[in-house]
Order: sequence, then C-alpha cells, then structure tokens
Amino acid sequence: MIIRLLLHFLLLAGLSPLLIGVITRTKAIIAGRQGAPLWQPYRDLRRLFGKDMVLSSTTTWVFRAGPVVGIAVPLIAALLIPFGAVGAPLSFSGDLVLFVYLFGLARFFTVLAALDTGSSFEGMGAAREATFSCLAEPTLFVAFIVLARISGSFTLDTMFKTLLANNLQTVYGVSLVLTAICLFIILLAENSRIPFDDPNTHLELTMIHEVMVLDHSGPDFGLILYGAAMKLMVMGTLVVNFIMPPSTGDLFVDAAFYTAALLALAVGIGLVESGMARLRLLKVPQLLIGTSLLSFFALVLLLR
Amino acid sequence: MTPIFATDINGLLLALAVLLAGGLLCLLAGPRARLAHLLGASTAALASLIGLTAALPALSVAGSQQVALSWPAAGLNLALTLDPLAAFFLLPIFLLTFCGALYAIDYLHFPARSWRAGLHWFFYNTLGASMAVVVLAANGLVFMLAWELMSLSSFFLVTHDYQEEKVRQAGWLYLVATHIGAAFLFFVFFEASRVAGSLDFASFAALRALPVDATLLLFFAALIGFGAKAGLFPLHVWLPDAHPAAPSHVSAIMSGVMIKTALYGLLRLLTWLPPIPAWAGIAVALLGITGALFGIAMAATQTDIKRSLAYSTVENIGLIFLGLGLWLFCQATGHEQAAVLALVGALLHIWNHSLFKGLLFLGAGSVVHATGKRELSALGGLLRRMPLTGSLLLFGAAAISALPPLNGFISEWLLYLSLFNAGQDAAGGAAFFFMLLAILLALTGGLVVLVMTRLLGVALQGEPRSAAAAEAHESSAVLIAAMSIPAALCLLVGVMPQLPLQGISGPLLTLLAPNHAPTGSPLLPPFGPAWSLSLLTGLAALVAIVAIRTWRRRNASRLATWGCGYLKPSARMAYTAGSYSQFAQDTVFCSCVTPTGASTRGPALFPPPAQFGQERLDPALTRWFLPLFGKLAERAYAFRRLQAGQLSIYVLYIFIATILLLGWGIMAP
Repeated sequence: MIIRLLLHFLLLAGLSPLLIGVITRTKAIIAGRQGAPLWQPYRDLRRLFGKDMVLSSTTTWVFRAGPVVGIAVPLIAALLIPFGAVGAPLSFSGDLVLFVYLFGLARFFTVLAALDTGSSFEGMGAAREATFSCLAEPTLFVAFIVLARISGSFTLDTMFKTLLANNLQTVYGVSLVLTAICLFIILLAENSRIPFDDPNTHLELTMIHEVMVLDHSGPDFGLILYGAAMKLMVMGTLVVNFIMPPSTGDLFVDAAFYTAALLALAVGIGLVESGMARLRLLKVPQLLIGTSLLSFFALVLLLR
Repeated sequence: MTPIFATDINGLLLALAVLLAGGLLCLLAGPRARLAHLLGASTAALASLIGLTAALPALSVAGSQQVALSWPAAGLNLALTLDPLAAFFLLPIFLLTFCGALYAIDYLHFPARSWRAGLHWFFYNTLGASMAVVVLAANGLVFMLAWELMSLSSFFLVTHDYQEEKVRQAGWLYLVATHIGAAFLFFVFFEASRVAGSLDFASFAALRALPVDATLLLFFAALIGFGAKAGLFPLHVWLPDAHPAAPSHVSAIMSGVMIKTALYGLLRLLTWLPPIPAWAGIAVALLGITGALFGIAMAATQTDIKRSLAYSTVENIGLIFLGLGLWLFCQATGHEQAAVLALVGALLHIWNHSLFKGLLFLGAGSVVHATGKRELSALGGLLRRMPLTGSLLLFGAAAISALPPLNGFISEWLLYLSLFNAGQDAAGGAAFFFMLLAILLALTGGLVVLVMTRLLGVALQGEPRSAAAAEAHESSAVLIAAMSIPAALCLLVGVMPQLPLQGISGPLLTLLAPNHAPTGSPLLPPFGPAWSLSLLTGLAALVAIVAIRTWRRRNASRLATWGCGYLKPSARMAYTAGSYSQFAQDTVFCSCVTPTGASTRGPALFPPPAQFGQERLDPALTRWFLPLFGKLAERAYAFRRLQAGQLSIYVLYIFIATILLLGWGIMAP
C-alpha cells in the first residue's frame, strides 16, 4: 500500500503540470503557432515559488488558507480513485460522497479567499463558481450512481476499474458512454476550461476562476495553479478510467498506460478548446442542466 | 434496580429543581437586575451541568427508569421516564442551555434597576426545565403541560425586546402557530387515550392493535402538530420571524433544541404505533426534501443574517424529515440496511444541527452585539476586527455545509449511503425515486455552500460596510468560550464519528425494537480505519504544505486590493449580498422564492429621484396561510352578532349551554 500511496503522490505531483503544458501546446499547434515548451508550466511554478508576495491589506488568514486547501484537497481526493489499473491507496464503502464533498471544501475556501479581498471582481467570480457548482454537483452524483449500480459497489476503486473493457458489449454500454461524456463535460466545467471559462483571458467580466485569484501573487498563486493542475488531473482520471485496459500485473506498466491515456485526454481537451469558443455566461447553466438531463437519461436506461 | 439508575433520574430531578428554584429566585430578586442576572445565569449553568452528567450514562443503558408522583384523587399521574431516547434529546438540551446561559452573561445588558433581568431568567430557566420535562414525560398530561409551558416561556423570551413592533408581531405569529399545532397534539393524545384507556405512555402499547386508517390519522395529526413546532415546510412560517426577533442565545436554543423536542414527540409516537404504510414514508420524505430546497433557497435571498440562519434551520429540519421518511419507507418495504442508515443519519443530524446551528446563532449574536446591526449590507470587514468570533462562525458554516472533516458531513454521508443502498436494492421506478432524492440532496448541499459563503463573505470579509462595523471589537472571553464548546464538539464528531454513533445505538434500539427483528448484522455503518487514514493524510498534506510555505516565506508587502489602479478600497466597490445571490436566483431558483421589488424609476427623459425596495416575503405565509386565515376571519365575523356586550345576555348563553349539555348528558348512553 505504501508503494501505491507513493506512486499516486508522485504521479499526481509530477504529471499534473505537464497536462496543462500539453493542452496549451495542442492549442498552439492547432492555431498554427509553435507554442511554449511542454515543461513551461513547471518553469512557471518555479518562478512563482521564488517570488515575493503582495497581500491586500483587506485580507485575513482565510485569503492565505484558500490556496493551501486548494492544493491539499486534490491530493487527498486522488487517493480515493484508481489511476487506471493502479488501485486506490485508500478506499471505503461510500467514499464517493467524501470525494464530492472534498471538492466542496476546496470550493468553500477558494470562494471565501476570493470574497476576502472585498473586490467586486472576485465577488463576481465567487458567485459564479458557487452557482455553477450547484448545477455541476448533481451530475457528478448521477454519474457515480450509474457506476455504482453497474459495479454493485459504493467504493470508487471498484466503481472505476476497467469499465468499458468489461461492459461495452453488455446492456450497460450505452449508459457508460453517456456517463463518460457527462464526466468529460463536468471536467471542463469544474476546471474552468472552454466552453465554460477561458483560462487564457485575464480580467474579463465573463470569467470565473481566473477572476477569483486576481489578488493572489507569488508562492500563493503558484499553489493555486499547481492545485488547479492537480484537480484537472484528478477529474481527468475519472474520464480516463473508462477506457483503461485491465491490469497487466506490473504496477509500473499500468502506470505507464495510465500516463499515456491521460496525455491523450489532455490533447483531447486542447482540441475541444481549439474547436469552440467560450459560451455566453447565461448559456452556461443551460449546458450544465442539459448535462444533468443526459446523465439522468443514462440512469433511466440502466433502470429500465 | 441498582443504585446507579436511581442517581441518574434523581440527578435529572435535581437539575429540574435547580432550574425552577433558580427561576423563582430571579423573580424574587425583583428589580435588582444585577443580582437576578447572576442568579439566573449561574443556576441555569449549574442545572445544565447536573443534567448533562445525569443524562450521559442513560444514553447507553437499555431499559427505562421511572419516577412517579401520583395523585389518585385528582386522577393525576405525574410520571417521568428516562430511557435512551429521552437521554438522546436531553444531552443537546442541557448542553445548549449551558452555552446559552454562559453566553448571556456578557450578551445581555439590563438597566441597573429593572424587572426585566428577573423576568428574562425566569422564562429562560422555565424553558430549559420544560424542554427537559417534555422529553422525560411518561404521561400525555405531563407532556402537554410541559409542551405548553415550553411554548409560553419561549414566547416571552422571543418578545424580550417587546418595545419593537416587529418583535411583537413575530411573537404573536409564533404563539398562534404553536397553538394551532398544540390543538392537533391534544387531538392525538385524547384519541390515543381513548384507545388505550389512559393517558399513561405505558398503556399506549395498546395502540399497536390500531387499524391502518386510524394509525394514519394519528400519524398525520401528529405530523401537523409536531411539524408546526419543528418548522416542517410549509408549517415553518413562524420560524423565520421568531428567530431573528429573539435574543441570540434564545435563538440558538430555540433553533438548536426546542424545535427538536417536536421530533422527539414524533419519534416517541412512532414507537407506539403499528408500522406506517410505505406511502406515508414517501410523503414525509418528499415534504422533507421540498422543505430543504425551499429553506435553503429562501436563505440565499435573505439580507438579515439571523433570518438567513432561520431559513437554514428550515432546510436542516427538512433533511431530518427526509431521513425519517426514508426510514419509514425502507422499513415498510424491507430495505433493512437502508432503513437503519437513514434513521442513524437523521438522529445524528439532530445532534449535529443543534451543535452547529447553536454555534452559528451565538456567533451571529456576537456580530449583532458588536455592531448593533443584523443587515448584511451594514456589516463586513469583521473577520479582521473580530478574528476569533469570525473564525468560529466560519467553522460553524463549514460544519453546516457538510464539509469534511466536520460533523455535518458524517450525517449527510449516512443519508446519502442510505439512499444509495435503497436505490441499489430497488428496481425500476422505486430505484429512480431514491436516486432523485440523492440528486436533490446534492443540489441542496451545493446551495448550502452558496448560502454560507454569502453570509461569511458579505458579513465578515471585505471592507466594513458601515461605521458601526468599522468600529467593532472582538467579543469578550465569555462569549468566545460559550461558542467554543459546540465548535469543539463539531470537530470531535467529525473526526471520531465512532463515538457519537456508539452513543446513538441506544436510542436506535429503542426506536427499532418494536418493528425490527434483531438480525445479528451490525446496525451501525462501519467507519473503518480508512476514514481515519484519509483524515490523517489530509492533515499531513496540510501540515506539509504550510511547512513548505513557511520555510519559503518572503516578506509580503501589504497593499490595497487591486481595483483597476484605485488605491482606496471601499465597501461600495464590493459585491453585495444581493448581487452574490442574484445569479443563482436567475438561473436555479423557482420564481416563487425570489424577492419582490418595487422601483419608482420612470422612463422619463430627465428621471426624478428614484427609489428601489425589495421584500422577501415567505410565499407559504403570503400565498397560503394569510389568505386562508383571511377567509376564515370573514366567516367568523358572522359570530360577532352574538357579542351584545350586555351581561344578562351572556348569562343567558351560559344558561342555554348548561341546559343543552345536561340534555346531551341524559340522552347520550
């Protein structure tokens, strides 16, 4: 278990910035540019961690706690899910609720850290984040319920192992594909990607995530970026797990498969971001509710 | 009986005696406000400690202990019984009575010579004692007497600031609502005693032979009667007015424990009744989740911090009723495991809610005490000025948002698990019903985070929004101490869920015993080592990150919040409470809960000075109850003709009534 714990931590800490690099690079290539090197996010992090910090005189300890919780939560949540065929180090019956509510904890502190500055930019972003999550969270639950129903277990580790490989030919196939699509949309929404939010804009009034972290700087901002990358990887793992092959028996071969799949997912996200523009803000709830309905449909197909 | 038993219930009698004697002494102190204040607070605190030590062991002792004071000549049997279910409710009652008494020492200020201190503490102690007697009562008469005493003493506590018109109105609404509920309860007890032959709870075992329709009649009458007190949607209408009107320690007690005595009444009734049909369980669960969603949506639009918390109480009561309804449904349909999980979840949520809602009301009270304002738009910047109070409020908000590793998460986790379990067992439509409930529960959870971040973000953070908020100072050590007790327990329950779950197993057996064949399977869900391990990892991760950051700490320079180059941040630049919830109002909420506004701005080319106002009326009150009572009042006007205002006419009425009654007495067999 110790080895798996270390492997989880190492994969998460080492790989997550690379995903951001791959997405950015994909978008650059599609746009006809050469783009930044793949390891640019690592450089950014190192630069930020070496910087001085400016704190707003309005803020309190909550402002500094936001980034810390924001990076601790994906670290813990990652321990509950399998990385491909690499099993989850920690699991207990019903840990899916813990998984969802851990991200609730992160949101609670991120939103409060944003409101702590007393700026209306941050307030706007915080209000949007809190509202959109209300709409995204039920979909995540429906997706988990579908998987629990198929696997007969409430443990994320069992629910997410070798899903499509075992079940695509069975009656569950359609539900699984729909659920995977829903999880991919939730991944985009929760990680503030296009079409929900544009991670590249700064100071646009239609933004969600970037606008909440406007006043963070230096190492704290580094923590936020690192935490966001880890969150992307954790949510991405949920999607990737649908297509992972069964375990080969060798832990490191499994890990390599998983890494490859994750990088492919990053390319996929890059393609999606290149292919479409950000939705108008008022359309976002419609998309989220549509996703909920889609996941409901997957559930109904399963129960019929 | 072993001596230990005797000391238990005797300890409670002692606590009751101290409470009542303390209350009377406060009255005797007369206008010496300082003396009454100290006497009242110390006797309430002392009695609560005695009560706590007496009730705690009874939680796990199966069986019951009785004391009875019979008066056969008057047909009275004043009996009290202590069993695990009663002890389960006694613990939060005495805990919050203690915290409230401690809190009030510094929170209340009386003129040096006034009767108000004595009166306040008389009613406070009476409220504490009557709540304890309600859950100890072994007789319908004792129960209803204590119930009335509880309603009346809390009414006088709510109208503490009786000079204000709004407070009086809130008090009257509460009094009317609670007595309509009491009328239903009178019906329940008289009907039960008609069947059982006496008002003694011991004889109510005869109710188990009731046919289904009579059972349902009793159950739904009790649901209305107790629901009106508990704040079950749509009978909650008194609650959002009464809680803000009352002094904060009273709000904490009313919201934290007094409304829970109604849940006790319902649970106690269920131990006598035969199994409830499944559809009644569904009805209760649906009422519960509707109330939860309604309550939290209303909470998101309120601008008064205590009113918002009061609506959050409606939400939490909804969650508890969801658990209870689920329990009834699963028990009737044979989902054994899900039934137990739902009941444990509901019971634990009763405890949890009394802890975090007590904490939140006390914290809101400190804010009101420091600034004199309850409006969110007049607060702000308090976390800097009152760091301890603010942090405790934040802690309570995190707990009520069901965030791990605090206590709210544990009870909601149990509710989810129950829903999932039942959904896994069931097929087709039934399974979809459970899944739908789980999804609505998830939506509620998301909205709670929205409401709580709104309260904290607007009331505590940013720049102060009024001069009063800018001059606020940290609360006194006594207030902080009173708030720290529930906060510490919130953390304890969240980190070591095994402890409270063990404590709940006693009342759980009392509730399950009538309809539950012991199967030998463990009743309580396993919180295995993985839970502790997750917490440990989380803690380790936090410590590591903080350590690394401290190690790399640079000189942080302090500057104003970035405001497009403007260096004098002011509250006018900040997001307001209204704007924070606007987006959710527009996209998520039903239009019935959004505020109604009136604006005078015309389309003129040179518009005159404009006004804008919003009202946040409770739709259940304004759309259902006020029209209903208006209609009733119109009908009742016809009877005004009977009021002639002459004594001789009234004597005639009495005479006619006596004759009629005599005639009825002779005719009736």
